[in-house]
Amino acid sequence: MSKVHVTTSINGDSTEYLCDPRETLLDVLRDQLNLTGAKEGCGTGDCGACSVTMDDRLVCSCLVLGVEAEGKEIKTVEGIAEGETLHPLQRKFIEHAALQCGVCTPGILIAAKSLLEKNPDPTETEVRYWLAGNLCRCTGYDKIIRAVMDAAAEMREAA
Amino acid sequence: MSVAKPLPHDAAKLHVTGTARYIDDIPVPADCLHLAFGLSTIAKGRITAMDLDAVRNSPGVVDVLTADDLPAENDVSPSIHDEPLLSDGSVHYLGQPLFLVAATSHRAARVAASKGDVTYDEEEALLTVEAALQANSRFEDGPRIYSKGDAAAAIDGAARMVEGSFDLGGQEHFYLESQAAMAMPQESGDVLVASSTQHPTEIQHKVADGLGVPMHSVRVETRRMGGGFGGKESQGNALAVSCAIVAVKTGRAAKMRYDRDDDMVITGKRHAFKISYRAGFDEEGHLQGVEFLHLVNCGWAQDLSLPVADRAMLHADNAYAIPAIRIESHRLKTNLQSFTAYRGFGGPQGMVGIERVMDHVAHDLGIDPVELRKRNYYDAPDNRVRADNTTPYGQEVIDFELHGMTDKLLDTSNYATRKAEIAEWNAKNDRLKRGIAFSPVKFGISFTLTHLNQAGALVHIYQDGSVHLNHGGTEMGQGLFQKVAQVAASRFGIGMHLVKITATDTAKVPNTSATAASSGADLNGMAVKVACDTLRDRMAAYLSEQHQCDAASVRFEGGNVHVGENVIPFEKAAAQCYQGRISLSATGFYKTPKLKWDRIKGEGRPFFYFSYGAAITEVVTDKLTGEYRILRTDILHDAGATLNPVLDIGQVEGAYVQGAGWLTTEELVWNDKGRLATHAPSTYKIPACSDRPDVFNVDLWDGKNREDTIYRSKAVGEPPFNLGISAWLALSDAVGAYGDAYPAINAPATSEEVWRSIRRVSDGV
Ligand code: FES
Ligand code: FES
Repeated sequence: MSKVHVTTSINGDSTEYLCDPRETLLDVLRDQLNLTGAKEGCGTGDCGACSVTMDDRLVCSCLVLGVEAEGKEIKTVEGIAEGETLHPLQRKFIEHAALQCGVCTPGILIAAKSLLEKNPDPTETEVRYWLAGNLCRCTGYDKIIRAVMDAAAEMREAA
Repeated sequence: MSVAKPLPHDAAKLHVTGTARYIDDIPVPADCLHLAFGLSTIAKGRITAMDLDAVRNSPGVVDVLTADDLPAENDVSPSIHDEPLLSDGSVHYLGQPLFLVAATSHRAARVAASKGDVTYDEEEALLTVEAALQANSRFEDGPRIYSKGDAAAAIDGAARMVEGSFDLGGQEHFYLESQAAMAMPQESGDVLVASSTQHPTEIQHKVADGLGVPMHSVRVETRRMGGGFGGKESQGNALAVSCAIVAVKTGRAAKMRYDRDDDMVITGKRHAFKISYRAGFDEEGHLQGVEFLHLVNCGWAQDLSLPVADRAMLHADNAYAIPAIRIESHRLKTNLQSFTAYRGFGGPQGMVGIERVMDHVAHDLGIDPVELRKRNYYDAPDNRVRADNTTPYGQEVIDFELHGMTDKLLDTSNYATRKAEIAEWNAKNDRLKRGIAFSPVKFGISFTLTHLNQAGALVHIYQDGSVHLNHGGTEMGQGLFQKVAQVAASRFGIGMHLVKITATDTAKVPNTSATAASSGADLNGMAVKVACDTLRDRMAAYLSEQHQCDAASVRFEGGNVHVGENVIPFEKAAAQCYQGRISLSATGFYKTPKLKWDRIKGEGRPFFYFSYGAAITEVVTDKLTGEYRILRTDILHDAGATLNPVLDIGQVEGAYVQGAGWLTTEELVWNDKGRLATHAPSTYKIPACSDRPDVFNVDLWDGKNREDTIYRSKAVGEPPFNLGISAWLALSDAVGAYGDAYPAINAPATSEEVWRSIRRVSDGV
């Protein structure tokens, strides 16, 4: 099948690639662009490990085709920090030990960041239900929720 | 000192920036081959024809292998050579690998693998333990029986008796990173394997056998896994062996990762049990005799089933001194996936049995279930009353912590008040009922296969004072590497920044045991301590000679080495020792003392010590739908003198949620053909963020290991998994509030099961 030329923006950098129309955005990111932060946990939209944003909308990149990124703005975990400076969510995840094996972490950070952009002052229940599509098999979620709440508080103060 | 500090996971910064590399993230050479298995579509029978032309002609396919094409042994079993890598013509479960495809991409390999045209001579499959028992399809020649006293006579002579039987389902590991391996061909037929495995030495061993080469031709490296939970103890063998065979055959790198559906369909899971019990007791609830029958679903291959089933028997007493007990365990062979190691390794199944008995006895007598449990506890070391404080297998219980822990947890969780308040609330509500339950944990620490209780380490100090740390343990998210690095930093009295944690590597530390049985920090922490102490002694001897003082007075503290009056920065001390031609590389070795165990008789001391824990869970159930929520959980867990409180609490929280998941929402369903219907997260429900208890209080018991372990800490990986039993018991308590009958709930207590139990209790149907 002939490949399609795609022009898009990834973490603010304009990027071009050729992709098979059947290829998912997740595969393009991981296999072609060496952005392996997004993980494949299921490939069917059920685990959230592959979460990225497309024009600020939270999506499972395993359910988006690479060609759909044409003209869009994609953001991945690799773009959360600014150079060496970690985003408050990243710092709080480290501080609260909100990760173990770490495979769910990139997806959860992207999902949490997109929540806080919409709702800077979420309740604990809102955080829990917003993140319900991001499975974590290791932590039991408690520290994840605390880290998100704490980061939100810090970001509100700084704003 | 670094030990006991709440430091985050060693790779936390890499995790949050998405730069931690798992197997599938390692850059591969452009010509790397990707592998996939063609799977059986029936559960039992023989292959009569296998036409793979369509597979070979599929785009991107480079090679297709069947059992006839394998260079040496066709086996990936960790025990008795009964697991062919590729079918030898017989089929034992639906999902069994039949042939192997090597293609230019992951997708090309999977697409091709689905094109095999296989015809079978189908036979009737054994899909339940009852069917297997009837057909006498089993591992070992008969049941194992462990006993103490005459249980039958004690039950018959007791004032009261309860009996029952229930199903206890298996569990999918659902490590978020599915199984993966990669092999790079080296010169002269050697191979380098990167594997997501808890057991690099076993991978090395099976790859060597699969290639027909000595183990020294194979090097296995594991930096990290994206979760393991026991599922990567033996289940990674097939992928690593396949990659190595293809790599050596083609001279190209080969990588294999299971898609989630393939992973769930191919790999083993937690053993499902059917447990029957009879218990005799007096009017105060003192147990006098208990009998258990364990029907263990082992699946198609023996794998690790014998020690798993043994450990279930060894936890059939949990925290209770039972004067007479008999446990009969049948290890049944069925045509399902191979049930395998899973966090707790059979211990949880054994414990659920006796906790079910306690629940039933408390219901029968109408006494408080916590009080009942306390009456039957083993004695505390400082308050011995019982003549006999030994387990059913004859190990004296000398470190029992649960009396103090139980009282503290009852107090901090406000149990008595809440229990009364719940009873009042239930009396006023017909549709919703709340339930609350307590469960204790006593979990035996050590591999029951005694020779596995050994570990090695390799530590180098470079001339600039930086330290390179290596040991046989593997990192699967539990924080082992950080804990062990804390030990090394503490021994040298240096900052953590000087200690480099490195990937587990069979070329650095050989003959390692799996990182399993919660033993990681106990064994590897000790081995690293031994290596560090050897280096310290060498440095102290040299420096004390240089500075004319006593070697025994040399101290390693605060980044310095104190030699007599001199305070030498560690970096300088290392440089001086190097100049003085002192060897700055050492190995360490540790073996757990005091163990002696006869698994056939069921006698001895299989465990070095016990870890303890206690949990109280509160739930609410809905009569009309059977749906429920966990409202609150309080946990007090014993990690001894913790090596790292934040990592330990993380283990406890994650283990509780996973344990509660096992007994509530995680249901494995096979259809009548043996096809796993729950083969993806869309159909198999692990706890999500929204399922976490509304209130979740977790604390560590302030104690020390009474045995001489690394800094008097205790193992923490598996024991807290069992705390999840309290969620299941809380559901039983809530369901019991709908009527008078005993709920006799099965596990997992899905909403459907809760709904059925409510109907039984309230309407007698
Ligand atoms: S991999 Fe995309 S949701 Fe699981
Ligand atoms: S940390 Fe392992 S899945 Fe979340």
